[in-house]
Amino acid sequence: MKAKVFITLKPGLLDAQGKTIKGALDALGFRGVRDVRIGKYIEIDLTGGRASRQAVERMCRKLLANPVIEQYRIELVRS
Amino acid sequence: MKVGVVIFPGSNCDADCLYVLKDVLGQDAVSLWHQDTALRGCDAIVLPGGFSYGDYLRTGAVARLSPIMGAVRRFASGGGLVLGICNGFQILLESGLLPGAILRNTGLRFICRFVTLRVERTDTPFTNRFKPGQVIRMPIAHNEGRYTAEAKTIRQIQPQVAFRYCGPDGQVGDAFNPNGSVEAIAGLTNAAGNVLGLMPHPERSSEAALGSEDGRLIFESMIESLAHA
Repeated sequence: MKAKVFITLKPGLLDAQGKTIKGALDALGFRGVRDVRIGKYIEIDLTGGRASRQAVERMCRKLLANPVIEQYRIELVRS
Repeated sequence: MKVGVVIFPGSNCDADCLYVLKDVLGQDAVSLWHQDTALRGCDAIVLPGGFSYGDYLRTGAVARLSPIMGAVRRFASGGGLVLGICNGFQILLESGLLPGAILRNTGLRFICRFVTLRVERTDTPFTNRFKPGQVIRMPIAHNEGRYTAEAKTIRQIQPQVAFRYCGPDGQVGDAFNPNGSVEAIAGLTNAAGNVLGLMPHPERSSEAALGSEDGRLIFESMIESLAHA
């Protein structure tokens, strides 16, 4: 089992990197870009099968994401 | 005063802190290793600046799991003085010893220059040698210095704000806020007042030859406060 964890800044917090990338896309002439948010992608190879989601949730809360500024989304896939 | 300066893998301001404490201020100071589990009888702890664990994941996120941080947490909850400078501030935030979090500077640049700060509190063990509202100069050197916290937290911590970025006359505004910190917060204490974290570097502004001696007052305040403890 593999866990894919996507971590992004909470909505409302200024994402300075995302804003800069949006500006760069605008400069390249790409139209229709309203906003860009940048985050982290973490891939975790798990040994167990069941109850993995709970374990990954705990990993996110304890270390992978900072709840003051970040939100996370977990996808579990069979490897 | 016996001060312990903690060295994490990637700390790079530890020697400057030890130099100021020992050679400039004549105090007893020792370095503590991140793998240590005891504080060796120190009266105060400094978490120095640098790039602990390469800033992997988030600044301070891995360092706060170091064995020594258990001892630092216990020391702080017992009222011990803990000063976190720059990366040390980030570690205190990640540890939950101070409220809030740090984001990348709004300008996305690593900023290394002197800033002016307004002293907001002079009744803490770290600031008793300043005058209320005093405008001081210290250098900053960081890429991640934008302090933030949830709106409710920001209301609660107002009395804990020790330093704000300001203009030459003490005025606070966007023009004088180098990194986009909420309410221009440059440093704050915990509710009890025995833990201070700040982004500017007092150890780089403790001698006239370095362009400012204002930072030394933070260390002198700690000495003063421990002398009366």
